[in-house]
Amino acid sequence: MTPRLVLIIAGLTVRELTRRRVLWVLLGLSLASVAFVGWGVERLVSLARAEGVAELQVRIGVSQVLILIAFMFSFVLAMSAAFLAAPAIASDVETGTVHAMLARPLRRSELVLGRWLGLSAVVAGYAAVSGSLAIGIVRLVSGHAPPEPQVAVAFLAFQAIAILTLALALGSRLPSMAAGAITVVVFGLGWFAGVLGNLAVAFDAAPLAAATDVVRVIVPTDGLWRGVVFGLEPPLVLLLTTARGAAALEANPFFASAPPPAAFVAWSVAWVALVLLAGMAAFRRREL
Amino acid sequence: MTPAIETHALRKVYGPTVALDALDLRVEPGEVFGFLGPNGAGKTTAVKLLLGLTRPTAGEGTVLGRPIGDREARGRVGYLPELFRYQAWLTAHEVLRLHAALAGLAPGARPAEIERVLALAGLADRADERTGGFSKGMQQRLGLAAALLGDPALVILDEPTSALDPVGRGDVRAIIREARERGSAVLLNSHLLGEVERLCDRVAVVHHGRVVASGALGDLLGEPAVRLRVTDLPAAATAEDGPLAAFGPVALEDGWLAVRPLDADRIPDVVATVVGLGARVHAVDPARRSLEDVFLDLVRAGGPQPDEDGPGGHGESRAR
Repeated sequence: MTPRLVLIIAGLTVRELTRRRVLWVLLGLSLASVAFVGWGVERLVSLARAEGVAELQVRIGVSQVLILIAFMFSFVLAMSAAFLAAPAIASDVETGTVHAMLARPLRRSELVLGRWLGLSAVVAGYAAVSGSLAIGIVRLVSGHAPPEPQVAVAFLAFQAIAILTLALALGSRLPSMAAGAITVVVFGLGWFAGVLGNLAVAFDAAPLAAATDVVRVIVPTDGLWRGVVFGLEPPLVLLLTTARGAAALEANPFFASAPPPAAFVAWSVAWVALVLLAGMAAFRRREL
Repeated sequence: MTPAIETHALRKVYGPTVALDALDLRVEPGEVFGFLGPNGAGKTTAVKLLLGLTRPTAGEGTVLGRPIGDREARGRVGYLPELFRYQAWLTAHEVLRLHAALAGLAPGARPAEIERVLALAGLADRADERTGGFSKGMQQRLGLAAALLGDPALVILDEPTSALDPVGRGDVRAIIREARERGSAVLLNSHLLGEVERLCDRVAVVHHGRVVASGALGDLLGEPAVRLRVTDLPAAATAEDGPLAAFGPVALEDGWLAVRPLDADRIPDVVATVVGLGARVHAVDPARRSLEDVFLDLVRAGGPQPDEDGPGGHGESRAR
């Protein structure tokens, strides 16, 4: 592995995303959504205050709206990651661009890793900027500050990186459309398993819980999403729910009573590495 | 001297299809080698094997003294793919900068080298345009420029003129000659015979994944001959013991009287004799066999059944 070559490809990938205006379109859309969120939250807060709703209730309401916004943003981010990463290798193979490049002293693994690095940098940077902006504007208009915004943004970026890794790995072997579609389905499945698993716990359905646990290990995106929620959930909400012992709340996909365990985070890091290595191995064997 | 390319029984099978049967090839350093064959003969497969883009099913080979696909050797090879596509969102200059970096050219040498190949390929005034707006011909010129970066020891050109007009083809011939003068070996993969005939020191004709003929162009084309377009020729003139027999074997080919082989010096004597016999001479063609004749003979002889479809009519490859 030659770091110089990996960085050349990573730089090329970042340049491609900026040149093709993808980055600017995403940023523009995000700014528009952030402005819309700011306006919406400000309206809600003003109306509630005018009605004489207690400030504590307003804050709790805003915190839940922010989690909902974060969920929609994580969904958009996941889709963007899948559709940027799926063609990163696949379309170079389809158009033949890859032939001239791989005839140079460039290893296939260096191409895959460079693509991954470039995409991860862009997606993580995009998640950080847009996520921080959304949290910041909500704070500005409502006064609500989530307890650990940096944790939420970090898990948001992590989830997006996990998805782009899967899409890139699939695209190193499959046509870009197939790679993108499979990634989206897997992402949806992970989310569904998360909801189902929580329901299973709430209703004491042990076999279902075990089955969904397996899915959540295979597809860790939902577990990472819980990290986002935990970073945004005000301590008061946690206190109230645990005090009431409302186990059924666990079934709510927009609720997390604890951060993802360290072992799960470690597994998610390993998962990303394993998927990336599998993608490299598949690409190495591919006939071009 | 280490050959630029050497292969032994190189074979590639895709499922039931034999793309390359058993390729034995040797290209010397500094020579322009023509690699000919009808569509689907296995030319592009052979090139991809040499560059490690696909792996051989069997057999072995070396490129610049290293096993095929070797990374170090790839640093000294320039390659124009058959499917020449470059990043549409980069300018021509940026594509070349990328390739110069990937090829490991010394950073200080890159700017001058990029200018040199841009000028060589006739792209100097389009260097700052994005390649997405280039015509196919321009893209092929860019591919040539990229292939020539850094004076590679071996240049592999897969159908380098497929998108070019006659002017462009002339330019490519000049570029290939210059590459040879600068010491590069050139593997020219083509089915355009005129091009190969004008450029190549040696050729190999591949058909159904095997080399069916190879050697110096002169040897392959055989001896010189003459063909006359004549009328009023007495039937006795072409008899085995007739007046023309002294020159060599005589035959009538589609209304042409052919004497082959025949030394070029004796053409006036043949014409004088034919005129002396009372025939009228309309045209004199001091023809050797063209590469096309040789090629068609070889390809038709090697086909599964002799047909009149021409070189493209034998299907993609042979299943065994």
